[in-house]
Amino acid sequence: MKRLLSLTVLLLAATATLAAVDEFTLTIKDHAFVPKEITLPAGKKVKLLVINQDATPAEFESKALGREKVIPGKSTGTVNLGPLKPGRYPFVEEYHENDPAAQGVIIVE
Amino acid sequence: MFAAALIVFRESLEAALIISIMAAATRGIPSRGRWMLAGVLAGLCGATVVAAGMGAMSDMAEGMGQELFNAAILILAVGMLAWHNIWMSIHGREMAAKAQSAARSVKEGTREGSVIFLVIALAVLREGAETVLFLYSLATSSEDGLRTTIGGGLSGLAAGSLVGVLLYAGLLRIPLRWFFSITGVLVMLLAASMASQAARFLIQADLLPSYGAPLWDTSATLSQTSALGLLLHGLIGYEAQPAGMQIISYVMVLLAIAAGMYWAGSRKRREARQHTLADAH
Repeated sequence: MKRLLSLTVLLLAATATLAAVDEFTLTIKDHAFVPKEITLPAGKKVKLLVINQDATPAEFESKALGREKVIPGKSTGTVNLGPLKPGRYPFVEEYHENDPAAQGVIIVE
Repeated sequence: MFAAALIVFRESLEAALIISIMAAATRGIPSRGRWMLAGVLAGLCGATVVAAGMGAMSDMAEGMGQELFNAAILILAVGMLAWHNIWMSIHGREMAAKAQSAARSVKEGTREGSVIFLVIALAVLREGAETVLFLYSLATSSEDGLRTTIGGGLSGLAAGSLVGVLLYAGLLRIPLRWFFSITGVLVMLLAASMASQAARFLIQADLLPSYGAPLWDTSATLSQTSALGLLLHGLIGYEAQPAGMQIISYVMVLLAIAAGMYWAGSRKRREARQHTLADAH
């Protein structure tokens, strides 16, 4: 029983290490994305940290990536991505999607 | 003004389609109007609470609170829709024959009523919370200010509701003989579509593999932001760039509900046959 327990702990620790994935950041300020283009590696899982510096909520949305996430004002949202195929994946801040500043693209290579 | 109208239209359209299909599918259930109204009101209250607590919720479950919450709401709604359809496969025939509630006990009506209530409340809650946040964001950030935002929002809401009303009126024109079969199919597709959306949130939370993201891309042929794309998304869950796991969930829910309906229906027929045999003796 004890051995089983330690094995489980070991396994959990192993998965935790495996789960440590690369992080990339994207900032929203005055309803505009900075940067508007972000390059991510193909074929592996990554985390995109979306930092909303505005006081109002924003929504990161990408139909191409199948992602939508509300980022409350003055907070950071984590968006899990990948593994992705090489290509261009547009995203928008849905609440201001018609504004070019609120549109961006993820380039995967 | 236009941005507000468009986004509110999109959110309210999804809820309106769900409400219309549920309204049609539960035709003949006693006091369903009251259940539906209660569902809308409860959903609106819930939406405000969720919007206000969005910050706290987002931080839960290591930042995956939103994803888990959305998935849970969707899965609960899928369960309710499945239950409704299986129940209808037992009672639908008598309802089509009588188109009235006289044959059924009050207890069953209440149970079915709470299904209507929950499905509608969950739909309004989900779409409403996003709308509230959006309007809040827009009203405080745009030069248009509060008044135009509200004006735009209201016209979006009116347009979304109008489509719902038109769908309902159209469904009512279906002859009674086919009526519950058709609404049954619509409810099934609605459930499958919600299952696919739930899968999308679970993939986003990194709890499910995506199995191809996206599996295919039809955005050039039929964009999800076009009028037809929006309508098909609301009705059958059309997505231009779905993940493989979403398709798996969609098909599995369709098959599970169909199997449940078949099983319940055949049990009902067997019972009916035994009754006829007993009567003959």
